[in-house]
Amino acid sequence: MTQPDTWPLWEVFVRSKNGLAHKHSGSLHAPDAETALKSARDVYTRRSEGISIWVLPSSSIVASSPDEKEPLFAPSDDKPYRHPTFYDIPDEVGHM
Amino acid sequence: MGEEFSLEHRFQAYIDAENKIEPKDWMPENYRKTIVRQMSQHAHSEVVGMLPEANWITRAPSLRSKLILLAKVQDEGGHGLYLYSAAETLGVSREQMIDDLLQGKAKYSSIFNYPTLNWADMGAIGWLVDGAAIANQVMLCRTSYGPYARAMVRICKEESFHQRQGYEIMMHMAAGTPEQKAMAQDALNRWWWPALMMFGPADAASPNTAQSMAWKIKRKTNDELRQEFVDKTVPQATFIGLTVPDSHLKWNEVTGHYDFGPIDWEEFTQVVKGNGPCNKERLAARNKAHQEGQWVRDAATAFAKKQQARAAAPVSATNPSAA
Repeated sequence: MTQPDTWPLWEVFVRSKNGLAHKHSGSLHAPDAETALKSARDVYTRRSEGISIWVLPSSSIVASSPDEKEPLFAPSDDKPYRHPTFYDIPDEVGHM
Repeated sequence: MGEEFSLEHRFQAYIDAENKIEPKDWMPENYRKTIVRQMSQHAHSEVVGMLPEANWITRAPSLRSKLILLAKVQDEGGHGLYLYSAAETLGVSREQMIDDLLQGKAKYSSIFNYPTLNWADMGAIGWLVDGAAIANQVMLCRTSYGPYARAMVRICKEESFHQRQGYEIMMHMAAGTPEQKAMAQDALNRWWWPALMMFGPADAASPNTAQSMAWKIKRKTNDELRQEFVDKTVPQATFIGLTVPDSHLKWNEVTGHYDFGPIDWEEFTQVVKGNGPCNKERLAARNKAHQEGQWVRDAATAFAKKQQARAAAPVSATNPSAA
């Protein structure tokens, strides 16, 4: 009997329509890329959810660590000047 | 030939139905070329556009304005990255594009070949140059090539702060001492016409416009965008008591637009050809920065190789006590 769990894990990204970016839909196990693509089609696009699929090995994703959340993302909290609302532009000037 | 014809026909019908083209879709060779050229020139403009403003980071009049200018220049670098990446979806290499820029083979926006003489120029650039860029980029959010359109959406979200910070500088200077107001007016005088030239040649002199419009790469012509910019910007100048340097400028009741004077296209042609006030300086600065950054790229590559070798080596080899 095969051991599906020894197959690598793949992450599935689906583009719902041209013009939109591929978006993460979920993941699945498959022995190779070709099978992963076919399975992704069967699992994630059964109700016309997409027109294009990307699959890539989950092991190839490098993720930031939750422990690093503070040093990575907090520094942008004290830079309100990166937002348009930081600047007082009178209403009479119109949208800018 | 027949098949090519029907493919082009289907392509045009697909675009006419307001669909986006994605990297793996079939596209006419000329569409691909046009998109690659436009995206890479746009990317180069973002990158070269950092230079005139970077000139003033160390001389910003306050810590607040220095932080803001740094953040803005940092954004421009990011915008260059989004656009190079979008161009790479069509198989051109980043190295090739950057090489073309460094060797002076690629074009970038003519506006960045004008000098930034004083702090008021930081206001004028944000207000006028970013304002003109926004008019163009808002249109490009609906361009027919998907990756380009998506990069534009991201860029437009970030641009709004750029224009507002520029206008804020102008507003403060125009309301300041007579000397400060004179500086603001002088900056407007120097940047107004080059900003109008940013939209490119007049429609009558722009042979590629028709095809770009048909392919919905562009949604508005150069002249339409220019008029939009003038209509929006003139009242903004009036509001802060500055005068647009155009004696022909007049509100036209009939058209509902401002009429404005003739643009000096000879100046535009000269700047595009490489004879603007700062063309050589900009290219030299870009090359210098690229060369001086070489050791950083080398060090990063060497470090990555070392890490890989370390990870691949058997445990005993990395353990000095085992030796």
